[in-house]
Amino acid sequence: MPKVRSEKSRIIKDKIFKIVIFLLATITIIPLFLILYYIVQKGLKVVSPEFLLSLPKPPGEEGGGILNALIGTGIIISLASIISIPPGIAAGIYMAERKESKLSALARLCVEVLQSIPSIVVGIVAYIWIVMPMQSFSALSGGIALGIIMFPVVVRTTEETMKFIPGTLKEAALALGVPYYKAILKVVLPASLSGILTGVLIGIARIAGETAPLLFTAFGSPHLELNLFKPMSALSLFIFNYATSPYVEWHELAWGASFILVSMVLVINIIARVIAKRWKTRF
Amino acid sequence: MKTRGVAQSNLIFNAVILIGAAGVIILLLAIFLTLLVHSIPSLKAFGISFFFGKEWDPVNMKFGALPFLIGTLITSLLALLISIPISMSISILLGEYLKEGMFSSLLRNLTELLAGIPSVIYGFWGLFVLVPIVREFEALIGIPPVGVGIFTASLILAIMIIPYSSSLGREVIELVPSDIKEAAYSLGATRYEVIRYVILPYARSGIFAGILLSLGRALGETMAVTMLIGNSNKIPESIFSPGNTMASVIANEFTEATEKLHLSSLVEIGLFLLIITTIIGLIGRYIIKRISLKETEHA
Repeated sequence: MPKVRSEKSRIIKDKIFKIVIFLLATITIIPLFLILYYIVQKGLKVVSPEFLLSLPKPPGEEGGGILNALIGTGIIISLASIISIPPGIAAGIYMAERKESKLSALARLCVEVLQSIPSIVVGIVAYIWIVMPMQSFSALSGGIALGIIMFPVVVRTTEETMKFIPGTLKEAALALGVPYYKAILKVVLPASLSGILTGVLIGIARIAGETAPLLFTAFGSPHLELNLFKPMSALSLFIFNYATSPYVEWHELAWGASFILVSMVLVINIIARVIAKRWKTRF
Repeated sequence: MKTRGVAQSNLIFNAVILIGAAGVIILLLAIFLTLLVHSIPSLKAFGISFFFGKEWDPVNMKFGALPFLIGTLITSLLALLISIPISMSISILLGEYLKEGMFSSLLRNLTELLAGIPSVIYGFWGLFVLVPIVREFEALIGIPPVGVGIFTASLILAIMIIPYSSSLGREVIELVPSDIKEAAYSLGATRYEVIRYVILPYARSGIFAGILLSLGRALGETMAVTMLIGNSNKIPESIFSPGNTMASVIANEFTEATEKLHLSSLVEIGLFLLIITTIIGLIGRYIIKRISLKETEHA
């Protein structure tokens, strides 16, 4: 009875396929778990209040911390946010308000291209624009590089959030005699705030770990640097420099910095998700 | 008087948002032109032979980018080769077998978490975990156990793109309309047959787009590759030899490039990288956009 046999073989094939799929997916979990395990296990060993509040020590000495990198990351991210958020929101408003215009279509295409630019290329551009004329690596150039990366994220989320605000809301405001700019700034924009905030946070989480664009802009510094026109450290740069050094003590500092950086990115992402869920304006 | 103030404010508001939107376009143009202008010395000196030159020698001012083109191509393709079966299984698992449940949400959250880990940390982990493993493997098959090289870089790249490509794949698989799946089931097809003959053919172009977008990611990936590829400017002899990709040679040499021609050659590599990733990204996104358009018409 060939028919029965073929039915059996079909069922066996189905079972084997299922097993292979499950197996392959489970195999992937191993390296993924290992990465998390290393970061947590090696990182927690080093992290302490003192680790966060002291400067790195020269090789050979125990202890030391990442204060300079922590503050550097904070400064560079703030710079990037200041540079990218206001123009990003302006562009997003335009693209959501003039959906059909040719400029919007072109801008949409450019946003997509900007998002796919390799981050190291952005580093080259910031080097040419800022570091070359000023003849010095600087936190400012790093902030501009990261701002360029964050900008399209802000534009896109602003546009996408505002598109979902019902037109009736704006029309109601206009019907009451509210001027157009006020209707947008005081009615539509506040209604989209949670979406935009989520986008901004996702953008920050993305640039917090960027290393390549900072290599030849912020460059890194072993000192606590607050001057925007001087080279400055950042967590990601710190990890790169200390991880590739030959000193065991420095590797430990790098693991600690990795743990802090990953936790930071994770917390920002969680906050973004909570905001997106909780404060979403419903219509 | 008051209406004039309002009209003025409206005018200013419109101007500001217009400048913002124009800014997007100007920024992209400025990036492109900046790279182009600063590539001119290298373009003039080498012309098209820049891409065929086998020698990259900053001391003698000879710059040919072929070793990096080959290095980039091999690492990215090898990474795709390793990651496609795995990310496809995860996509099928999450999109078809386990749509909910503990294992599914664990896998989903884990991959999302890993997508957020910075590339420099992948590189760091690779140095301490992957390199010793690869070294043992190399000793086992009888080649000099170096540990770093194109193979190691491809491994870490594969691990890094799995979260990205599997979430793209899952989205595409979930887009397959359930009525055609149910039609196949009602004809007595097994799950394997539904996946093989209904879902995968339907999702084919989406999966292709996902692979393209992952390739775009892999091409531009810098830090982890730079830390693990061994940084050699020679054309790689095997997949275990050290090499350099376009991105990693820029990361390595840019701050040391004091000569104008050297810097310009690196900028030209950056420009080329930008053009390639842009083209690949645009094609990938175009395909995905077409699919979701078709989907909304279908629904």
